[in-house]
Amino acid sequence: MRFSSYNTQGFYDEMFAENGKPRPHAGLLLETVESLSDGHLLRHKQAAERLLLQMGITFNVYGDAAGTERIFPFDLIPRIIPAGEWDHIERGLKQRVHALNCFIDDIYHDRKILKNGVIPSEVVLSAAFYRKQCHGLNPPRKVWCHVTGTDLVRGGDGRYYVLEDNLRVPSGVSYVLENREVLKRIFPAVFEGLSVRPVSEYPSRLLETLESIAPHAMASPRVVLLTPGIYNSAYFEHSFLAQQMGIQLVEGRDLAVDGGDVFMRTTKGLERVDVIYRRIDDDFLDPEAFRPDSLLGVPGLMAAYQQGRVALANAPGNGVADDKVIYSYVPDMIRYYEGADPILPNVPTYLCWRDDDRAYVLEHLAELVVKAANESGGYGMLVGPHSTAVQREEFACKIRAQPRNYIAQPTLALSRVPTIVDDHFEGRHVDLRPYVLCGKEIYVAPGGLTRVAMKKGSLVVNSSQGGGSKDTWVLSQGPAVGGQRQ
Amino acid sequence: MTTTYRPRPLLSRVADAVYWMGRYIERAENVARFIDVNQNLMLDLPHGFGEQWQPIVDTTGDRAAFLERYGEATQANVVQFLAFETHNPNSIYSCVLAARENARSVRETISSEMWEQVNSLYLLVALESRKTLAEGLPQFCREVRMSCHLFQGLQHSTMSHNEAWHFIRLGSSLERADKTTRILDVKYFILLPSVSDVGTPYDDIQWAAVLKSVSGFEMYRKCFGRISPERVVEFMLLDGEFPRALRYCIGLADNSLHAITGTRLGAFSCGAEQRLGLLRSELDYAQVDPILQSGLHEFFDALQQKMNTIDECVRGDFFAQRPLTLSADGLAG
Repeated sequence: MRFSSYNTQGFYDEMFAENGKPRPHAGLLLETVESLSDGHLLRHKQAAERLLLQMGITFNVYGDAAGTERIFPFDLIPRIIPAGEWDHIERGLKQRVHALNCFIDDIYHDRKILKNGVIPSEVVLSAAFYRKQCHGLNPPRKVWCHVTGTDLVRGGDGRYYVLEDNLRVPSGVSYVLENREVLKRIFPAVFEGLSVRPVSEYPSRLLETLESIAPHAMASPRVVLLTPGIYNSAYFEHSFLAQQMGIQLVEGRDLAVDGGDVFMRTTKGLERVDVIYRRIDDDFLDPEAFRPDSLLGVPGLMAAYQQGRVALANAPGNGVADDKVIYSYVPDMIRYYEGADPILPNVPTYLCWRDDDRAYVLEHLAELVVKAANESGGYGMLVGPHSTAVQREEFACKIRAQPRNYIAQPTLALSRVPTIVDDHFEGRHVDLRPYVLCGKEIYVAPGGLTRVAMKKGSLVVNSSQGGGSKDTWVLSQGPAVGGQRQ
Repeated sequence: MTTTYRPRPLLSRVADAVYWMGRYIERAENVARFIDVNQNLMLDLPHGFGEQWQPIVDTTGDRAAFLERYGEATQANVVQFLAFETHNPNSIYSCVLAARENARSVRETISSEMWEQVNSLYLLVALESRKTLAEGLPQFCREVRMSCHLFQGLQHSTMSHNEAWHFIRLGSSLERADKTTRILDVKYFILLPSVSDVGTPYDDIQWAAVLKSVSGFEMYRKCFGRISPERVVEFMLLDGEFPRALRYCIGLADNSLHAITGTRLGAFSCGAEQRLGLLRSELDYAQVDPILQSGLHEFFDALQQKMNTIDECVRGDFFAQRPLTLSADGLAG
């Protein structure tokens, strides 16, 4: 397969410059792909898909027939990020996660940022994921967001923007690790030629982060991963991470609180648990503290957490900063807590509770992307240019009824990467979700998950909406000298 | 600071799941073998013998469910019921599905190789269940059997022989013991009344089929040579070396149970160990003639009761949620 007929169609392309020439960091990969015989790449693609199915690397589709499992669509052409660009992203993410941590801690303590009028109180206290139960809590090391999966996009101007912070229970990192395994088998020579930074240390880093927040100093704290169970769409990832870290994968029914401590039920009786990496939402953690009808949670868990008997990652209540209205204030938070300008900018955001913004949004629905403040996964969203008049009217009603719950952003011309479509390459829009760990220090895993909108022209990359993924290569230095082999 | 080694505790839920995973894999393999051997037997018997498919259904203990759904025990009906019927909890399909669901819930406990194998087996059975078999039946049965063997081989060689491993073996050994006795129970009473056939080639063929149902034909020959019903019973129940003989399976289960609890062999620390130990010593010192004289049927009935009690004890001793006061390490830590 050749790139000769590939057309960037005026979008920012991660592989090709505006003049149609390959970008310097993409040269070696593009040459290698072109040198493969016809059918070679497609055979690899089919083999990779078979392998993923056999390994059971699948996700469950909600609302589909019971037991429907699909592999997460995966494209073989990676996205490559040069060293300099990555350095910029990494610094930006560290700054942002640090500021978000300060913000959440402040909100659950003195609320200085509200008192100083930087962010309106009513916006914060009305956030759907604000949890009054967390007021006054002091999580170990004052860390509230241990694992963050920030969504970045690159606009038509070539700059990276932060689209969402995803502080609660971000998923997808297992695909980063598995995609890399597949690509190393397909392009070994390119890996040798480009010095791609490895991603395999993520599980060890995650375990270190989790051990570092144990409530008491101990040689080997017992860390477990709490999953909603095998019917959860991210169950594969839960079991994969538990296996990679060598920790127990537990369900709510495996845990019990006794005398203020948390235990797991084993064949030999109860065994104490020190740190819980929970992959279930706040609302389901503990029926005594949150939703009383939750069957997934552990009665008494929040009380044990409040008394410092067990550590939870991520910390309950941190979702307050996931609200898309509060997101729009993150640059202000960075200036307030860090005393510096944000390294990574936000996407410009209109807040519908502001009268001026709302009037503008309602008039320009056909151009904007409208999002519900507390939805994720691509739900509750209107992509103006791709919408019908009926859909726009529906959203206009929603916005007028609940202005606090809606924001709007310009429709971004997301950057594209060549993607295999049948027997040729076409550009497809992508975003980037790097993973940031925060314990003793802040660590950004090199790369992250590049999500692809597999449908032609689509801007929605979520797996629940037909999105796929690509491997993401971060180079540890500039492109290899020459980069052009004959 | 020195890190002291702590054996990794096993969640009760996980122990339960791996135990049943072991049982279901073994059950699927047995059902595949029963179908295969019976199909093979039918080809050797003259037409006068009629179709003997009902006994196979009886071996899995699902006679009532079969009659209700299918009625007549034709080959096509029985194969469909035993191989693919989703409403039959003991069909190959249902067993493999259950084994896989259990494996999926403990994927971080078993090895990746084991998970991939049970997943491949599931994909195979799910694919075949959408086809019409007939011609492909022997090949399908063979693939299921080999796939199950491969799983057990991977279990042996890619997973640490830890507590969870012993729960898998406990499950598969008890299941195997159960299946061997069931096939003997059903076949013995069909074959015995046909006194006129004694000594005919067909009698030999039928008894050979019983032995083949437990992959024991060749091993039996090495021990006893000529086929006689008494010796077949002795071999299948009391042999100490053949891996599908009742006594051998019970011994293996007992060894695993002791490895789980840490109690020395010959002693007991819980109900399951006591019951299993009793059965083991009974079989260790049993002789076939007294069993036959006092009635094989009575023996099987009593055995079934003992096996059920052992299964209940295992559940109560290890899987059930116990009151919180039984804390193992108290407030240490």
